[in-house]
Amino acid sequence: MVHSLAILQRIIKLGEMNAIEVRALTKKYQDLTAVSDVSFEIAAGETFVLLGPNGAGKSTTIEILEGFRTRSSGEVRVLGEDPQKASRAFRSRIGIVQQSAGDLGRLSVGDIVRHFAGLYPNPRDADEVLAAVGLESKASEPVKKLSGGQQHRVDVALGLIGNPEVLFLDEPTTGFDPEVRRGFWEVIRNLQQEGMTIMLTTHYLDEAEELGHRGGVIVDGKLVAIGEISELGGTEARKTEVSWFENGITEKHKTDNPAWFIGELSARLGQEPERLQVKTPGLEEVYLELLAGHRNGVKVED
Amino acid sequence: MPSVLAVGISRIGYELKTYVRTPDALFFNFMFPLMMLVVFTVAFSEMELDIPGAGRVLTSADIYLPAMLAMGVLVSGTQNLGIDMAIEKHDGTLRRLSGSPISPISYFIGKFGQVFVSATLQALFLILIARFAFGAQLPETADAWVTLTWVFYLGLVASSILGIAISALPRSAKSANAVVLPPILILQFISGVYLSFSSLPEWLQNFASFFPLKWIGQGFRSVFYPDAFKQAELGGQWYLDQVFLALVVWVLLGLVVTVLTFKWVRKS
Repeated sequence: MVHSLAILQRIIKLGEMNAIEVRALTKKYQDLTAVSDVSFEIAAGETFVLLGPNGAGKSTTIEILEGFRTRSSGEVRVLGEDPQKASRAFRSRIGIVQQSAGDLGRLSVGDIVRHFAGLYPNPRDADEVLAAVGLESKASEPVKKLSGGQQHRVDVALGLIGNPEVLFLDEPTTGFDPEVRRGFWEVIRNLQQEGMTIMLTTHYLDEAEELGHRGGVIVDGKLVAIGEISELGGTEARKTEVSWFENGITEKHKTDNPAWFIGELSARLGQEPERLQVKTPGLEEVYLELLAGHRNGVKVED
Repeated sequence: MPSVLAVGISRIGYELKTYVRTPDALFFNFMFPLMMLVVFTVAFSEMELDIPGAGRVLTSADIYLPAMLAMGVLVSGTQNLGIDMAIEKHDGTLRRLSGSPISPISYFIGKFGQVFVSATLQALFLILIARFAFGAQLPETADAWVTLTWVFYLGLVASSILGIAISALPRSAKSANAVVLPPILILQFISGVYLSFSSLPEWLQNFASFFPLKWIGQGFRSVFYPDAFKQAELGGQWYLDQVFLALVVWVLLGLVVTVLTFKWVRKS
């Protein structure tokens, strides 16, 4: 029932305009294939998370979508345009959150944000953006005097200032302390409510669960799973596992109907099962399974 | 979409603000020629240059004012942009800008505007200090001021484009200073900034003539020195037509190198 609902939702989404469409994207360097035959689409208003270990091809993929890298083959459309030929108009419709503010040292936060607002046709209000990222009290401070987390929020502000339809975030919270991360997630949730399309890469699973509607797992340049975050890895990987102790060993059973199974089990044993555990794998288990499966050469089904 | 020109003008303000708040730039690009003028004028205060028929004797301030003006053109243009843009290519500035809808033309308007404003102020300070602190004699004819103006601004364009071209050399932000500064220093030594050009061996004078700085200095000497001093120049003339030609050639050369090496978006 839940499953058919998700299918229905996907069918409905297909009818909407996709903000991003990627077909068979491949990026090769001399003897290295960084991204191999990757396909996905991101619907307007959706937050899509590209998950994967370091060096898996997340950044290469997002940089191709941002127009910072060329592709070797495949089709890419962002807001209907090919980012490889990014026009000024296209640039005004997307926002990119850079990974470092190393270039922004000497001017004040307010000066920089106001200056960048002037580069866009329909910018957001500079003060509103500063408030949204929690920097309104730092507007007159030089960027280099801010802490690392605050500097990063300047990057986020500059990604938002042009009022983009699509926002790209490449590992936005790497190196953040937990409190700053929570604050950052709050900023992103507000943008989601405004209907902004967001693509983010991360290797933090909690971040993917907190923010993502849909996501994909990329390993060694290949997309090994894609779907709703809560369904990533497919139904088999998501099955609840019941374990209990019987005849001196721990028995395990995967099932879609744990309550019914435990009822049967109790009836068969004629008593309460010993050391009964019911575990539904979380994203972390599924993710690690996907990685291990890929590395062992096992083909993982969606 | 905001116009290329309007954004360019806002870039000038942004670049100037950044320039003023960068101590390295302020010291080595803006203050340095002013300090050198003071140092040389004081250190060689006994020095006098006399040529029969010149009508007056040149003091150290007279001698070093055109030299330091030429130095200012080189450091405000080539050195400033060479280092600044090499850093911006590697520290994420260009990447950030190229991800926004700004036109590269607006970016360059900002760079040239910053150079023109800071170099003009620098030249004004040089002339005022030389005149009022050290009694240097300023040109009296309108012609001389016109020559000063075109040599200065044409030289500045050539110097700036050379800076953009040279910014292609450093491979990291950290190496920018180390790569850009030595050739600029050597160029100053062989082009008559620190050492009197006419005292250099002729082969070195000929070699220096391949580069723009020698021509800028020569143009400035023609403005500040009495006409008779032209006999000390290579060929015994000021050759302002050649000054013009040499600088135009350098502008074109710099443009070609820039077009070949400058990438707004570094796609890989």
